[in-house]
Amino acid sequence: MSIHSESTLTRRRFLGAMGATGAVCMAAGAGLVGMPTLAQAADAPAAAVNIDEIIAKDLGAGKVTLEKVKIDTPPKAENGALVRMPISVDHPMDADNYIASLTIYVDENPKPMVAMFEFSPASGKAEVEMRIKMAKASQVRAIAKTNKGALYGAIMKLEVAEGGCAG
Amino acid sequence: MADIGEPKVRGPEKPLKKGEVALIKTLIKHPMESGLRKNTETGETIPAHYIETVSAEYGGATVVKTQWSGAVSKNPFFSFYVKADKSGPVTVTWKDNKGQEWKEKAEIKVE
Repeated sequence: MSIHSESTLTRRRFLGAMGATGAVCMAAGAGLVGMPTLAQAADAPAAAVNIDEIIAKDLGAGKVTLEKVKIDTPPKAENGALVRMPISVDHPMDADNYIASLTIYVDENPKPMVAMFEFSPASGKAEVEMRIKMAKASQVRAIAKTNKGALYGAIMKLEVAEGGCAG
Repeated sequence: MADIGEPKVRGPEKPLKKGEVALIKTLIKHPMESGLRKNTETGETIPAHYIETVSAEYGGATVVKTQWSGAVSKNPFFSFYVKADKSGPVTVTWKDNKGQEWKEKAEIKVE
């Protein structure tokens, strides 16, 4: 037995274990959105949920203007269990003209809405920071809604070095 | 359950001018279990256990109200702002899906 074959076996075992963990993550997600098989989920993950429909249902069917909102995080997260999510909205917080809510969506999540924040003029500033979990790369959207119903947003493609499915 | 609770809320230490915005930082220990994860050995789903709402009261009104999912990280950090109007506490309340509740506050000083 050579050192080479031993290391191949170890590597194969390691990859096998990795694959199993990934499947558990995906199976859990697929089950939730009612996908019949794991294979289908892998083939067409985007078809599982329609993010635009979800946003329209949550926030109203208005057009989202991609301005005023900033997601201030690096494009590649080192740790999927702790993805920094500082979000700011450049908008007045006056008594009659303010940001009433800010909602964060991760497109690839089985349940895309991660968090929703409701503000009042007494908030002074529509800016929050938190940490979220991401199992894999996904688009992240932050959508702000004014008290008058106008929607502003930011969309960011985020890579994840190490998935946070287990955490 | 040892690793749950111990809420912390921190505001600016220096007195603020009326109308200035104050950064409020909060932290709490919580597993934030999504309910989507499976035990890799038994195959059983780990039950959901996460904070569903966080709200902040200041000057007799709710200034920030949040709804969270199980995709918020474990031991969640959360920061937000309030507009300093008068001296008083900012009281933060966390509630999880099992009905457990925590409260903690930070004092804001206005000159």
